[in-house]
Amino acid sequence: MDLQSRIPSGPIQEKWDRQRFELKLVNPANKRKYDIIVVGSGLAGASAAASLAELGYDVKCFCFQDSPRRAHSIAAQGGINAAKNYQNDGDSVWRLFYDTVKGGDFRSREANVYRLAQISSNIIDQCAAQGVPFAREYGGLLDNRSFGGAQVSRTFYARGQTGQQLLLGAYQALARQIGLGKVQMFPRTEMLDIVVVDGHARGIVVRDLVTGAISSHAAHSVVLATGGYANVYFLSTNAKGCNVTATWRAHKHGALFANPCLTQIHPTCIPISGDYQSKLTLMSESLRNDGRIWVPMAEGETRAAQVIPRGERDYYLERLYPSFGNLTPRDIASRRAKEAVDSNRGVGELKNGVYLDFEDAIERLGRDVIAERYGNLFDMYERITGENPYEVPMRIYPAPHYTMGGLWVDYNLMSTVPGLFVIGEANFSDHGANRLGASALMQGLADGYFILPYTIGDYLARNGRDRVTTEPAEFAGTEREVTSRTQRLLDAKGSRTVDSFHRELGQIMWDYCGMSRTREGLQTALEKIPELRERYWSDVRVTGRNEDFNQTLEKAGRVADFFEFAELMCVDALHREESCGGHFREEFQTEEGEALRNDDDFAYVAAWGFNGVGEQPMLRKENLEFEYVPLSQRSYK
Amino acid sequence: MKLVLHVWRQSRPDAVGAFVRYEVTAIPHMSFLEMLDALNEELTEKGEEPVAFEHDCREGICGSCGLVIDGIPHGPSRGTATCQLHMRKYNDGDEVWVEPWRARAFPVMKDLVVDRSPLDRIIQAGGYISVRTGSPPDANAIPIQKERADLAMDAAACIGCGACVAACPNASAMLFTAAKVSHLGLLPQGQPERFERVLTMVSMMDEAGFGGCTNHGECEVACPKEISVDFIARLNRDLLRASVTAVG
Repeated sequence: MDLQSRIPSGPIQEKWDRQRFELKLVNPANKRKYDIIVVGSGLAGASAAASLAELGYDVKCFCFQDSPRRAHSIAAQGGINAAKNYQNDGDSVWRLFYDTVKGGDFRSREANVYRLAQISSNIIDQCAAQGVPFAREYGGLLDNRSFGGAQVSRTFYARGQTGQQLLLGAYQALARQIGLGKVQMFPRTEMLDIVVVDGHARGIVVRDLVTGAISSHAAHSVVLATGGYANVYFLSTNAKGCNVTATWRAHKHGALFANPCLTQIHPTCIPISGDYQSKLTLMSESLRNDGRIWVPMAEGETRAAQVIPRGERDYYLERLYPSFGNLTPRDIASRRAKEAVDSNRGVGELKNGVYLDFEDAIERLGRDVIAERYGNLFDMYERITGENPYEVPMRIYPAPHYTMGGLWVDYNLMSTVPGLFVIGEANFSDHGANRLGASALMQGLADGYFILPYTIGDYLARNGRDRVTTEPAEFAGTEREVTSRTQRLLDAKGSRTVDSFHRELGQIMWDYCGMSRTREGLQTALEKIPELRERYWSDVRVTGRNEDFNQTLEKAGRVADFFEFAELMCVDALHREESCGGHFREEFQTEEGEALRNDDDFAYVAAWGFNGVGEQPMLRKENLEFEYVPLSQRSYK
Repeated sequence: MKLVLHVWRQSRPDAVGAFVRYEVTAIPHMSFLEMLDALNEELTEKGEEPVAFEHDCREGICGSCGLVIDGIPHGPSRGTATCQLHMRKYNDGDEVWVEPWRARAFPVMKDLVVDRSPLDRIIQAGGYISVRTGSPPDANAIPIQKERADLAMDAAACIGCGACVAACPNASAMLFTAAKVSHLGLLPQGQPERFERVLTMVSMMDEAGFGGCTNHGECEVACPKEISVDFIARLNRDLLRASVTAVG
């Protein structure tokens, strides 16, 4: 199989225009003859389903939640980038493109990123027209802020709830199409497998989470918008339901999985408080604009933060990176926090955090200004920890947050299975080895509103509009597999709960394939995961039965897929013998402890093919060329 | 700390439910849902079916969770979703009663899980601005007074959890509906459909089995996002005007 990235020729500024012209169109009168399945209803899924239905296609949309409005995009706090240059501070499409490629540590595709930067402005226009209540200045125009270390103010936001408001915009567009009968919505319905007929994606098999019924749906094309896989760590900032099942099942049917080891660990989360912890909570990165990060200089310090004199505090980011200070990119800020804690200078009862201190900001700006900027975040922090951040410094620690890796897609967002498109966090395309703040919302909506609706038409136009049904034998066969797999979980009748296995898997991944990785550690993980997986299948206890609303069974299926996927992640991390972005291999670092990329040997996308559970996957490489942003070592000193 | 829980258990929509007593051990730092997780782990290990409850983001924004705790939707803390409630609010020996949302429009599916899809239907009936994906005007082409945009955002903060319905003696979805009507009706983009919208949404609210609003104000108290009942007044103004000027 040759990897055809289908990047159009010509100068980068013209590629997307050219492509749009070259893509075949579907006759408007024929669009209703095409059925499209969209799995997932977050920013990417909802915007795609709504836009495709507006074009006239027949759309079915699936989500496992009780309503499409609950997808995890809703939890994004900070904002969405766009190269509007409303602030007249020198922003441009080119600068957003440049920042994203560089911020991604040169492991993304230039052409995709440029297109993303081009489209970014349309997204803001679209969302404002939908009634998204973006923050405004007193003159009535849109407000912007600088976010995540960007040197320009290009981030649009709606208080600390930007993801919520953008998702509700897309959800409402989707609701309108549901009301008009153009989208059939299937909430509480989980995709458990994909059906491939004659080499093309032709449908999915789903489980009705209320009745347990397994059924098939056929379509001319299937779109996966099923998010990322950070829950492989058990503890992450993702919602509890986020999972890898849809993309993993597609992978088992031939879709290559790209760069699975590239995960983002977000620097500002609330540290773990005990072994009952069910998830981690993100505190918006915007806090780093005014908060100062420090740990005590002395190891094993026991004094309270307020009584430690200034001279005995190590403001390590300001010390190591004088020009970016507390605003260094996420991967660096995270790794340095880990270093501080590992050197026995961690703070808090469990010595597992670093301070994010607002004392100076309050002194400089006054408590009111700080309350206006971060009041809701401070309240949230206090609710969770019982500590008041106006009085004592916040404690933070990195947590798994986003996954840059995902199913491999070409420039048209189609995977290696013809007819199977992958959008949003579920694909790998735009963020390279490290995603910049406020770029996830941008990418999800770019894919759903403005890229997929064009590119999917090209596939449909080239592949005929014969009626598709669930008659081919592949449907019944896949249903049987899904049913027997579900039954196997119920029949194990072991002694341990699903969560206890998931926690153990998560701990292995965090220890060996988390913020920093080594050859030995990854090899250890690759021994432990299959062992634990085997025990899982024989010793897991799933109560209840299939023909029922059974949350344990739902979880059990998702964790089973995480077990298979985790191995691939470690294989990828082991093979990538360099450090780049979120992937830090201890063997490959500069003398100052910075990530050491190896562009000669690893400037490629690692796309893995499935060879069977526990078998070494097959590696395909898509070489990355950097024609417009010259390869350079990132420096934030 | 040790607590006694009385949890509503109901195996199916048509089954008869009842409170079941459990003794649990909790740690003050735990969230309320983590305390239920611990109970569920224990039940599973004993081979009993765990308590079904909805949750997802556990950050108070997705709107999935929602329990009536000691008679109050989302429990004792104002402006707090169930998932953000922590056990430090409780004392050793406390007895806590946990039930699902109770409303005719929200049938119980299992234990603490109810069917809230009627809220989606209210949005589908008109809770949107009809704009196609395409080429809208530049986002700054229509300036919006900051105060107005901020007020729209106050209304838009609704997470669709349904606590307002659970708190209302009439099981009305008025606060939910009013929040969306106000969010869109306050913005210039929402004007063309403003009066049509309020009619279709309120009519769907009635059709879906929600009660009418008689201004008790319980909804505002229960709302985890503290959405003001002033928005209901705003809805009523628009509804009255729409009703008398409706064409046909």
